[in-house]
Amino acid sequence: MAKTLFQKVWEAHTVRKLPNGQTQLFIGTHLIHEVTSPQAFGMLRDLGLKVKYPQRTFATVDHIVPTNELKEPYSDPIAQEMIEALRKNTKDYGIRFFDTTTGTQGIVHMVGPEQGITQPGTTIACGDSHTATHGAFGAIAFGIGTTQVRDVLATQTLALSPLKVRRIEVNGKLAPGVYAKDVILHIIRVLGVNGGIGYAYEYAGTTFDGFSLEERMTVCNMSIEGGARCGYVNPDQKTFDYIKGKPYAPKAADWDAAVARWASFASDAGCQYDDIKVFKAEDIRPTVTWGITPGQAVFIDEKMPALETLNAADRQTAEDAYAHMKLAPNTPIKGTKVDVCFLGSCTNGRISDLREVAKYLKGRKVSPSVKAIVVPGSQLTAIQAVHEGLDKIYIEAGFEWRGAGCSMCLAMNPDKLVGDQLCASSSNRNFKGRQGSQTGRTVLMSPLMVAAAAITGQVTDAREVFKV
Amino acid sequence: MSLAKITQVKALALAVPGDDIDTDRIIPARFLRCVTFDGLGEHAFRDERTGPDGKERPHPMNSAQAARIAAAKQGVMVVGFNFGCGSSREHAPQSLWRYGFTAFVGGSFAEIFFGNSTTLGVPCLTLSKEDLAECDAFVRANPDVEVTVDVEKLTVSAGAKTWKAGIAASARDGLVNGKWDPIADLLEGTDAVAKTAGGLAYVAGK
Ligand code: SF4
Repeated sequence: MAKTLFQKVWEAHTVRKLPNGQTQLFIGTHLIHEVTSPQAFGMLRDLGLKVKYPQRTFATVDHIVPTNELKEPYSDPIAQEMIEALRKNTKDYGIRFFDTTTGTQGIVHMVGPEQGITQPGTTIACGDSHTATHGAFGAIAFGIGTTQVRDVLATQTLALSPLKVRRIEVNGKLAPGVYAKDVILHIIRVLGVNGGIGYAYEYAGTTFDGFSLEERMTVCNMSIEGGARCGYVNPDQKTFDYIKGKPYAPKAADWDAAVARWASFASDAGCQYDDIKVFKAEDIRPTVTWGITPGQAVFIDEKMPALETLNAADRQTAEDAYAHMKLAPNTPIKGTKVDVCFLGSCTNGRISDLREVAKYLKGRKVSPSVKAIVVPGSQLTAIQAVHEGLDKIYIEAGFEWRGAGCSMCLAMNPDKLVGDQLCASSSNRNFKGRQGSQTGRTVLMSPLMVAAAAITGQVTDAREVFKV
Repeated sequence: MSLAKITQVKALALAVPGDDIDTDRIIPARFLRCVTFDGLGEHAFRDERTGPDGKERPHPMNSAQAARIAAAKQGVMVVGFNFGCGSSREHAPQSLWRYGFTAFVGGSFAEIFFGNSTTLGVPCLTLSKEDLAECDAFVRANPDVEVTVDVEKLTVSAGAKTWKAGIAASARDGLVNGKWDPIADLLEGTDAVAKTAGGLAYVAGK
């Protein structure tokens, strides 16, 4: 019988059926970070349990790391305490830790792919909702809570129920200046922020075939913003090429067998989906959010919705959003004044993002009214960018060049909005208060749109600013 | 490990309306700067409750009703649709639970929030849109009437009203049988786990 990748991976990792009807699913790869793991280690100790497969858990530190302070102890004692706790826990239990001193630290969803830990046909769990990022490699990857982190540490399994699979097909070529970020913002806008509840999203079609692995990661990353706990792209030659030679990639003798195995996980032709949605790449334009959920988005040249055009429930959220954002319905988003620009995060903090923006940034200057920061998602990305001289381009343009981490994506470190500052951000969430100020405002967009906002001091169309 | 059988929660209720209430709103990220869940209860909905000027804002969590629930350490929160979306932080249900909420009734719940809550032994029951509106209105009009969230019968009732409710079968099963924390079951399957692991080349290091 023809099967989806989801079904095949699920079956290969099924341990048994639990008395309550759920599946005990083996988690081949477990990723942890400093925010959602300390309590799990605490529970483990309370229950007198050990880590069952320490070699299958990998740790890094990302959320609380200051990006403008490289020396420890950090000026924030809580950040120091959290990093120390992870050092102790990983040492006590024999878990590999990609620490700040190793040159390999970074946002957890970047470290897995960079190390070749993220592989097709695997199950990956992490106490972080953007774990679906790893689905770009054809893995079934999802975010879990802290008690579940304990479950994985103690048993390397989880109690789960299978998801339905929705195929989201995007076909055709994106116009210049339109990016993977616009694709996912558009999908969420159309299908809704809760449209994916109960589903895994399979992203497919010629647009995805043409995407690099980094572009696929950008899309899979935001599956959760569409309500889907997991999202993936079927593995292909590009996937295998990306993994080849990475530290944890299968070695030469095992390589061919690994590729054959990986390829066999791709969804079969003629398999059944629970739902299919089809989009045309040509229909997608640069997209920006105007509200407080990622689904509240418009094309840059559109007006924000008039309240009368919305149904009752959407209208209530929209009224709340307009009040928070200090924006007016039925007016253009273009021209909205911007105070801060943030380029980074696990959505768009990879080397291809930094390269693409740098290409256009040469010789341009950040508006004096804007504070612009660029935060490479990982140390390896930062090192590569410096090697290519990208840091100089950003610094000359007036961006602050920072160390690796989550930074202003959620502002658990000192990078925060102040008051009601409006931030043009390449991250993934525009929730109220997300960027560290209760009244702060976030407008999500692609990296190049962030750069255009930095230069003009406004939410604007990057295609015009950079003559794309 | 023996756990209580959670068949029913009968307690005062608080309506916290609105759809798509994300976990950043339930517990802002700055309160995640901790290595235990202790003390999270008092910060539930902090930025919705307190303005940037430090003054209280009008929010259901600032009401006398909320204070009664906090004092009783049990209560039902009546919410909208897609409650608990966004970040996977278990800090969100932990903070509401530590505050005193022992059950949620809503239109729908984000999946990770749902799993995090039921694993704490906190049922999340769904009502149809119409019933939810009625329940919400009832709760506001009758703050002194206890609401009964019946996990076994799958109903929510208050006063003379009873609404038909839903919850994933596996979660219901876990709650009513005192198996809402799956760790005991997961620890039992050791041989089966080793067998599955043995069949996976990447786990064996290939
Ligand atoms: S970059 Fe943002 S979304 Fe990604 S893991 Fe860090 S905080 Fe979460």
